[in-house]
Amino acid sequence: MVRVDGGGNGSSLVRVRGLDKKYQRGSEEIHVLQGLNLDVDAGDFVAFMGPSGSGKTTLLNLLGGLDLPSAGTIVVAGDEITHLSGSRLTEWRARHVGFIFQMYNLIPVLTAFQNVELPLLLTKLSKAERRSHVEMALEVVGLKDRMNHFPRQLSGGQEQRVGIARAIVADPTFLLCDEPTGDLDRKSADEIMDLIDRLVREHRKTVLLVTHDPMAAERAHVVLHLDKGVLVEGQGTGERAGVRS
Amino acid sequence: MKYSALILSNLFRKKIRTVLTIGSFAVALFLFGLLAVVHGAFNQGIDVAGVDRVVVINKVSIIQPLPVSYEERMLRIPGVKAVTHANWFGGVYQDERNFFPQFAIEDDTYRPMFPEFVVPDDQWKAYMDDREGAIVGAELAKRFKWKVGDRIPIKGTIFQGTWDFNLRGIYQGKRIQDDNTQFWFHYKYLEERENPFWKGLIGWYTVKVANPDDSARIAKQIDETFSNSPWETKTDTEKAFAASFAKQAGNIGFLIMSIGAVVFFTLLLVTGNTMAIAVRERVRDLAVLKAVGFSDVFVLVLVLAESLLIAAVGGALGLAGAKLLTLGGDPTHGMLPFFYLSPQTVVVGFSVALVVGVVAGLLPAITAMKLNVVAALRRV
Repeated sequence: MVRVDGGGNGSSLVRVRGLDKKYQRGSEEIHVLQGLNLDVDAGDFVAFMGPSGSGKTTLLNLLGGLDLPSAGTIVVAGDEITHLSGSRLTEWRARHVGFIFQMYNLIPVLTAFQNVELPLLLTKLSKAERRSHVEMALEVVGLKDRMNHFPRQLSGGQEQRVGIARAIVADPTFLLCDEPTGDLDRKSADEIMDLIDRLVREHRKTVLLVTHDPMAAERAHVVLHLDKGVLVEGQGTGERAGVRS
Repeated sequence: MKYSALILSNLFRKKIRTVLTIGSFAVALFLFGLLAVVHGAFNQGIDVAGVDRVVVINKVSIIQPLPVSYEERMLRIPGVKAVTHANWFGGVYQDERNFFPQFAIEDDTYRPMFPEFVVPDDQWKAYMDDREGAIVGAELAKRFKWKVGDRIPIKGTIFQGTWDFNLRGIYQGKRIQDDNTQFWFHYKYLEERENPFWKGLIGWYTVKVANPDDSARIAKQIDETFSNSPWETKTDTEKAFAASFAKQAGNIGFLIMSIGAVVFFTLLLVTGNTMAIAVRERVRDLAVLKAVGFSDVFVLVLVLAESLLIAAVGGALGLAGAKLLTLGGDPTHGMLPFFYLSPQTVVVGFSVALVVGVVAGLLPAITAMKLNVVAALRRV
């Protein structure tokens, strides 16, 4: 069950309490997130919407351990990440988080295979095991036959699918998707959303998605709207808003 | 190594730039190798100087002679084991460009004084039996394709006329640094044939001491023995003599150090700039690596490894080039008889290249290490 009132029980996969994030821009202090609460269970698919600058990506960065909050706590799978040191946070990210970026962020000089293999280089898997995992991930996204292609040899949709394979290859606790369809045409965007949908339904992945695209958001179990630094359930979204499947 | 693809692929992101940077290292290390070879050639005499030998020359200058009669008097000094002498001949073989040193030597004492030069006994005997006999170094014989039995005409410059010699033997130095380009002939032949002015005069003495620790004392005693005479002497250890001889060509060591320092400093700037650009261009990739879970230290090592690899490949190519050049022998036709790049120099050069690689990559690597992932991803 997804809750934003801070009333969730301790069994949530992601538990956020009183999350604050402030930025200093010159002499001005910008309060992006204000006392935000959130509970997400394993297997949930949550979409975050809101206008530009509302703090969606900031929230995602905080949940993914890329940034530290000004106040509040984030607990993921029992680990309180807000007080971890930089190096511990890096290790935690490698184990628990799969990032899917708007601009795909594939390394251009590596092949699809090598890009997907990156998170596995941090594990103790043998070369053969890594190969098997990478091929499996590319199979899931339907690009096994393109594994030796470089990003420049792939279409935008294919690049994003490689990005998704990279995100899932190490079987992370949850996937954080920052506008994954923002740079794609409608058809490719739908294909990517189909794939993410399938990861949730068939592979029981927990997905937190930031998007401006209402059609992408409609795929989520719950759509949360960020407004003035706090989360509000279901505002301005489709009929499934606020409903847990 | 599982990270090799990551390192290598980044290096070939901008192939031309990588090749040019490697080329900079190669050229610098090639130059280093050559300078070291020239330095070694000038200092060869110092390296191979006998610790138990001192050299006695005329106090005025080495080109001024000394009386042959000094030999007996020096032998009477306590601690002196043996004495030999030689003259600089300064002749020309065929063409003035064919420079090599020719010495008129004292037959009985020269060979035991320099045991590092090995002459087969039968060849030495043949030399002793021939008034016009000569012995040459193996390298010199190879250079002019001389073989034992050849007749060699040398045109005198200090000692006038054409002097014909019969090649009776070829010596070979025991060590790689030994000078194998000398030409020896009988002092007696010089004395007999030259005009009376030179009779009883020699160029310099080499004195073997019983105990190397006594060298300084004996050198002082020799000079004191002949002080206030018409032919005062200046005695030095063979090493000091070789060093002062090398200095006649200027402070080669300082010159080489200066050029080397400038070259390596420039290389440092070039490589540092290249690595800084390479890191700036890859801010997004490095941020992604960190987001995926690669540590700050890993990113630091990654950038350093790339810089180090460039230095290693470039350095190895440059030193290999220098080594190849030296294999062809002395390109100056006799001015640098010891034209050799030693393994020690290769190790030093390669180490310097690696240090430059690390230092040049350090600042960009620290920048990459400190990269803020959120800011870097937002920047793109």
